[in-house]
Amino acid sequence: MAALTIDDRNKRTGMIAFAGALAMLGLGFAAVPLYDMFCRVTGFAGTTQRVTEAQASQVMATNNVISIRFDANTAKDLPWSFRPEHPTDRVTIGGRDMAIYIAKNESSVPITGAASFNVEPEQTGKYFNKIQCFCFTEQTLQPGQEMRMPVLYYIDPAIKDDENAKDVEQITLSYTFHRTDKPEG
Amino acid sequence: MATTADQFQSHADDHDHAHDADHKPGFFARWFMSTNHKDIGTLYLIFAIFAGIIGGGISGIMRAELAEPGIQVLGWWVEFLGGGESSMDLNGHMWNVFITAHGLIMVFFMVMPALIGGFGNWFVPLMIGAPDMAFPRMNNISFWLTIAGFCSLMFSMFVPGGTGLGAGTGWTVYAPLSTSGSVGPAVDFAIFSLHLAGAGSILGATNFITTIFNMRAPGMTLHKMPLFVWSVLVTAFLLLLALPVLAAAITMLLTDRNFQTTFFDPSGGGDPVLYQHLFWFFGHPEVYIMILPGFGIVSQIVATFSRKPVFGYLGMAYAMVAIGVVGFIVWAHHMYTVGLDVNTKMYFTAATMVIAVPTGVKIFSWIATMWGGSLEFKSPLVWAMGFIFLFTVGGVTGVVLANGGVDDNLHDSYYVVAHFHYVLSMGAVFSLFAGWYYWFPKMSGRWHSEFLSHVHFWGFFVGVNVIFFPQHFLGLQGMARRYPDYTPAFQYWNEISSYGYYIMAASMVVFFVNIAYALIAGKKAEDNYWGEGATTLEWTLSSPPPYHQFETLPVIEDHHDYHDHLSTKA
Repeated sequence: MAALTIDDRNKRTGMIAFAGALAMLGLGFAAVPLYDMFCRVTGFAGTTQRVTEAQASQVMATNNVISIRFDANTAKDLPWSFRPEHPTDRVTIGGRDMAIYIAKNESSVPITGAASFNVEPEQTGKYFNKIQCFCFTEQTLQPGQEMRMPVLYYIDPAIKDDENAKDVEQITLSYTFHRTDKPEG
Repeated sequence: MATTADQFQSHADDHDHAHDADHKPGFFARWFMSTNHKDIGTLYLIFAIFAGIIGGGISGIMRAELAEPGIQVLGWWVEFLGGGESSMDLNGHMWNVFITAHGLIMVFFMVMPALIGGFGNWFVPLMIGAPDMAFPRMNNISFWLTIAGFCSLMFSMFVPGGTGLGAGTGWTVYAPLSTSGSVGPAVDFAIFSLHLAGAGSILGATNFITTIFNMRAPGMTLHKMPLFVWSVLVTAFLLLLALPVLAAAITMLLTDRNFQTTFFDPSGGGDPVLYQHLFWFFGHPEVYIMILPGFGIVSQIVATFSRKPVFGYLGMAYAMVAIGVVGFIVWAHHMYTVGLDVNTKMYFTAATMVIAVPTGVKIFSWIATMWGGSLEFKSPLVWAMGFIFLFTVGGVTGVVLANGGVDDNLHDSYYVVAHFHYVLSMGAVFSLFAGWYYWFPKMSGRWHSEFLSHVHFWGFFVGVNVIFFPQHFLGLQGMARRYPDYTPAFQYWNEISSYGYYIMAASMVVFFVNIAYALIAGKKAEDNYWGEGATTLEWTLSSPPPYHQFETLPVIEDHHDYHDHLSTKA
């Protein structure tokens, strides 16, 4: 070490510092998948959870009832009509429920869209479990076609053990359909 | 390292004193291919003054527009800058372009180049007894990248940016306004400007870190470094760790804009809030990047004019380290209204308030340094005391805003504008002027007028307070920021705020007269013109210092433990 000249030592320190900057650059880009993962795991920002049939079958229904409100939106460039069959529903916590959304392609061309989703209040995201959802995949509608799209979900009874979520009386489940086959240009 | 400039010396003009250390290259080589830390520091300072005139002039347009309700002056600027008829939409866009340019210029092209590029380049090598920066050529690249960035930002104002000419995104460049909301190349140029300035700053930070770690004079341990050097070291680390994250975020903005990616677009699974997280992960350390060198300058000045070492030297140094570290984990207090749950808000509220502790250590240590000192109210000390007072006011409103619950009400109101101008346009800028009057005779070899410096101080002090103090009231009454128009109910304080601008602008005329006076008729400055209180190494050199200094390294004696200030001869 002692044999290094000042120029060599400067080069080494400079390279270490520069490597630090590069690492932070990498971390900046890595934030995209990490943020996605973080939201999925913690239900952050009202991200709903996805469960398998096997996991869902372990859950017992309770006597508590909660109100669910269904919200439907479409992006500006998507010529679909999109609405829930019933705007609200009352479900038992832990009990399975199916909600139906109805989408119709109002244009004269086939269009593919995908739905983004979350729930409000945000702290209920990690207790809102979806077993099946039209939002898991892209949906294609032919011109004029109307489709009934199901969501199979339940509210995790653990919500009653969470200080911040146990007093919630109504959860709003919101979807926004976006166009995924962007028209050229 | 000084030898890197030697190749230019063979063409140097004959000089009065044939002293090796003072041979300078010719004009072009000296100023356009500069590798000398003092010359590059001078270039940065000149550039910062130039950019400050533009950025400060834009705020004059803003205050003129806000002096009364309705749209008064924007229409004229739309026609002057863009050609064509003004309209409500174009006027509004012009406003957005002005606030964007004002913010970006003041942050990236005025405060940072002046404090870090200017004073940092000038005095870090002098204070640690080094002949130059570790990488003199890279130093030059940093400067010209900053210039290129500035040109790119200026250029963006003359190309289409969606509604009208120029980038109207705010300095935060939030998606989706900056992506699908701003068609046209203006925002691309603004983003490119940030890339260039950011790259310049990262290279500069690498340079400072290397210089400070490897090139201290024998005997100068880290715990004996002057506090200004400590402040630049911490700042360099913040730059090195924060700016690349901004670079990543704005690169994703560029690809979202031009290459159909959807990092911040929900239609493809992205999230615009992620951009805000990334931006503020950079943005919060950035505000400490702007203020920490100011802390360092104020520490030097307060100690000099109290004629004693700074109180609690180690506490002062590690308070800056603590501010830097905690500064990385408080970013979401800028985003309380995006929809964070109560626990997240509680964490960010608590973490933010923790920063008041090391900041308080600094404020009280400055006061303790002055306590019982034989104070001399020379211009640098007056500016430094103005800094301490006004920065504390901005710090107090900062603690108010740190509360997630309070912020729900005050977010994006003029209260926030008042807060960050108290810490920046009074905090950072007062430290800039304090440093300017402290070191100007050292850098130029000529005395400014102390009388004019005091006139400048009082004009500026009254002016900025008249501008920004009423903005607290406006914010509490509910006036939102970022709009050129407002309900007549807000007129009273807005009018007064605009008067403040004219007072401040008049004081800046005094500043420029003072520079002109010093350069034309200023008395020659001695080596150590502040006397026995000024004990760091730059005072052992002539004013201005020789072109190359410390050919033989100064040796720092060992019996000054825990002293910020040292007394040695070069």
